[in-house]
Amino acid sequence: MTRFVAGRIGFYTLVALLLAFFTIPLLWLASAPFTSNPTYEVRVPDFTWENFQIILDHPYALGSLVNSLILAIGTAVLVVVMSALAAYALSRVRLPGRDALLYALLLLSSIITGTAAMVPLFQLAIELGLIDSHTGLILIMTGGLLPAAIFMIKDFMDTTPKSYEESARVFGASPLQIVRHVVVPVVRPGLATIAVWTIANVWGNFLMPYLLLSDVEKQPAAVIMYTLYTEGGQANLKVLSTFGLLYSVPVVLMYLFVSKKYGFRFHGGIKR
Amino acid sequence: MAQQTSPPDTKALDESPARGYSSDAAGLGRLRAGAFVAPALALIAVFLVFPALWVIYLGLMNYRLTGIAAAEPQFVGLDNYLKALSDPGFWNSTVLTFQFVLGSAVIGQVVLGFTLAWLMRNRRGTLKSVVEGVVILAWILPSAVVAFLWVALLDRDSGTLNALLGIPGFAWLLDYPMLSIILFNTWRGTAFSMMLYGAALGNVPPSHLESARLAGASGWQQLRDVVFPHIRGHILTNLLLISLWTFNDFGPFLLTAGGPENKTEILAVYVYKTALQAGDLGYGAAISTIILLINLVVAIFYLRLLRRKG
Amino acid sequence: MVRNRSMGVVAVLAASALGLAACGQSSGDGGEGGAIELTIAQNAIAGGKNAAAADHIASWVIPKFEEAQKAKGKDVTVKFVPSGVDDEQYKTKLSLDLKSGKGADVIDIDGIWAGEFAEAGYIKPLAEVAGPEAESWEGWQQIPEAVQGLATYNGKKYALPVGTDGRVLYFNKTLFQKAGLPADWQPVSWQEVLDAGEKLKSSGVPVPIQINAGTAMGEATTMQGVLPLLAGAGGEVQVDGKWTGAAQPLKDVLGLYQKVYGGSGLGDPKLQQEAKGRDKSFQQFAEGKVGILLEGDYFWRGVVNPKTGVAPMADREEVVGYAKIPAIEPGKGIRGQDFVSMSGGALRTLNPNSKHPKEAFELLAFTLSADALKEETKDGNVRITPRTDVNKEILAGEPLLTYISDEVLPLTAYRPPVAVYPQVSVALQEATPAVAGGTAADQAPADYQKKLEGIVGGAANVAS
Repeated sequence: MTRFVAGRIGFYTLVALLLAFFTIPLLWLASAPFTSNPTYEVRVPDFTWENFQIILDHPYALGSLVNSLILAIGTAVLVVVMSALAAYALSRVRLPGRDALLYALLLLSSIITGTAAMVPLFQLAIELGLIDSHTGLILIMTGGLLPAAIFMIKDFMDTTPKSYEESARVFGASPLQIVRHVVVPVVRPGLATIAVWTIANVWGNFLMPYLLLSDVEKQPAAVIMYTLYTEGGQANLKVLSTFGLLYSVPVVLMYLFVSKKYGFRFHGGIKR
Repeated sequence: MAQQTSPPDTKALDESPARGYSSDAAGLGRLRAGAFVAPALALIAVFLVFPALWVIYLGLMNYRLTGIAAAEPQFVGLDNYLKALSDPGFWNSTVLTFQFVLGSAVIGQVVLGFTLAWLMRNRRGTLKSVVEGVVILAWILPSAVVAFLWVALLDRDSGTLNALLGIPGFAWLLDYPMLSIILFNTWRGTAFSMMLYGAALGNVPPSHLESARLAGASGWQQLRDVVFPHIRGHILTNLLLISLWTFNDFGPFLLTAGGPENKTEILAVYVYKTALQAGDLGYGAAISTIILLINLVVAIFYLRLLRRKG
Repeated sequence: MVRNRSMGVVAVLAASALGLAACGQSSGDGGEGGAIELTIAQNAIAGGKNAAAADHIASWVIPKFEEAQKAKGKDVTVKFVPSGVDDEQYKTKLSLDLKSGKGADVIDIDGIWAGEFAEAGYIKPLAEVAGPEAESWEGWQQIPEAVQGLATYNGKKYALPVGTDGRVLYFNKTLFQKAGLPADWQPVSWQEVLDAGEKLKSSGVPVPIQINAGTAMGEATTMQGVLPLLAGAGGEVQVDGKWTGAAQPLKDVLGLYQKVYGGSGLGDPKLQQEAKGRDKSFQQFAEGKVGILLEGDYFWRGVVNPKTGVAPMADREEVVGYAKIPAIEPGKGIRGQDFVSMSGGALRTLNPNSKHPKEAFELLAFTLSADALKEETKDGNVRITPRTDVNKEILAGEPLLTYISDEVLPLTAYRPPVAVYPQVSVALQEATPAVAGGTAADQAPADYQKKLEGIVGGAANVAS
């Protein structure tokens, strides 16, 4: 009995500590935007809406959030569809050199997301006429994220049982029908994870959108966030905290949506 | 080779040779499988492989963003690599990167992620949603915002942490810079490991755990003898991905700008400073290639380590 | 058949994703049939960085210029391409654009980039791009020789100067009074600055002296620290094409850093290491915690400005004093001066790939006409323009800017506009915390010289 109680106390203490660790850093975002003259200090806000008014009057702030949505959803759709198909095929059919290829691509993807790749990617975009276009940016970001996405989903598909697919096949379903109606429902939480992972990656990406999009009307929120500094590089916390909050809300909403609809988490297939 | 490099495959492979199309359950066949893979591969070839090879090529040039070397870049062979190897700044960054990856990814995210998954494994309801929610929130918030949050947390004069601990003036980012960015990145990335282990634990048959408990196994013994063998493949995937991401993570720059005195100048930051701030693109490309090689070695190390244990 | 179908579905899915993406795209330039479209790019953006400059372009320059062109019978439309990022990122973007034959027709660059951009072929002499009009522009007569030098590389004019600035010592008169120091303080040697620091310290001022140091402050350490001090010690970072190594002036500068940060309590060494240290030093000055601060006129205009500053001081006019930066000892500064300063400034130039270089130059010149500058600098946006005729008029009500324009600019010096300068600058920044951190003051200069030799291509290019 005492051991049980001690265990309970230990459990809740640990959970409380972990909750504190993950929650305390978030406090600033809950207080600063509602404070008249925010500093780095977390204070009880005086609940002003003035900062939000400034952002609402900002010529590019809200439009940039729309651009971020376009980029994030476009990339997420491409990444999820392409990685699901590729991962399924790679999981079920042993193509020659499959795993070596996958590892090689995964490693190369780390180069492409780094700073050093900016010149090749920029010039590639110029050559292909993809400069200053959301499409080009989506394709480039998709290319960088696909290997890791395939890697993760394949891991999933490998652990799902094949018996359903076999029965579906017996009933004459085509491979694509099998993927849509049998495989996707089983790995849907995994696909949702990939979607949110992609969205979060695109949502925070600053350098490539800045370099590839000249037209400010097309630039995403990550770029606009960086413009809210003064000529000397000082942070204007009034607008930065408020825009930071508005910039965070859509990505949280997308997570909640996906989580509610698709049971967002790695699921690991059906229990055996 | 295939079965060695991808442990989760093992089951499928054990079955496949004997039972015909059991592994190719949908009757895909190689041709159609190729068609499924083709769109992704085409995109990857154009927007990933080609520019990545270009980066490797740039690493052999003295190419710069501006100046004469921008107009007429010269082929310099391995000069950039030799320069890196003789640059104490590069070695400093390499050592720091290993500390950072070991501390924040291998220890921080894996241990915390597993702990959270283990604590929450049999729970339902509000507590689980809240805990998982805040952990995932830390993962999905944009890094530009997160940087402000952590400056506000660790600030010397008005930081939340110093206020809570009652130690005003304690300079976390200056006196314990590596610890600070390790905590930061643990906070930032634990969600991924938590979700992955959550899924993996769901796959451990409860009956096995039950029999182990009946046999009198302690919690630790259950973990070691029942849980670990079941999730080994997931540990590999997890380690591979988060190590790779952490090696290339630029996030700490927003918190410390590589300082104080280069004490947090991990390789991703070093490349940023070289390529973007100093415009030395050829050298930056060479460093990126070296990071790639380090990642390759780390990946092989993980594969061997987890295979041997199995 | 099945295979075709699956491919088809993939194609449809991919296409729909792209279609979604393409929604945000607008068509390219529609300038056809005699209409001329010009673009002008600056690191300025409405609602963000340098917002006033962006607003001026959008609401005054563009309509007025289009109107003037229409009066001449030309159909010209101008589009502003805003940006609002770090200078390095802006520079990267410009370089990539210019290298690929893209970019706006009229672009702003930092004066310090002129040399490297010219060497890379990204910009060309104005006369070569726009023709002889560029040399005969009316504004040149109004621009002092030194400011013209900012836009000149290898004897040719590559751009028009947009403005200039100067650095001074700011001090808090309230704190000075408490420490028994005069309100019209003007030190004539470094020792007098240190003495004032000591008095401030004993009167309880937390940070008596703030001179930027270390790499975290970036170029602010070089421009508001090392270089003005170096000039005060009679040194320059580059003389006649040779870089200055571990010579006496540099040793003097690092010696001063050691006196301020090496445990004397005159400065706060931790503040120099923090990523947001410069912001904090501003905040602390505004809160009355800093006695003396070396900064440019931006500090007055953009930081402690009671209306628009990031660390506003309602009583700026009464509390903030300023003085010229003294040489180490009278007469020991560069050119034998008693006082020194450093200046920088932006340039506005033409894209050599411009399809309409003549009109682009007209636009460029228009933005720097007396009328445009007067318009730009009204309503509290006063800055030092390149034109003396305009400055005479607009600086009248601005004591600090008048002071800098009249007293400081004649003494000032500029950075060498060459491609390796940014790396040399980083090496200088790295030398300063080494001293504060305890490295012997003669070791740091030697380390700097070694690094310098690596950067500028060998010992032959370094003089010590």
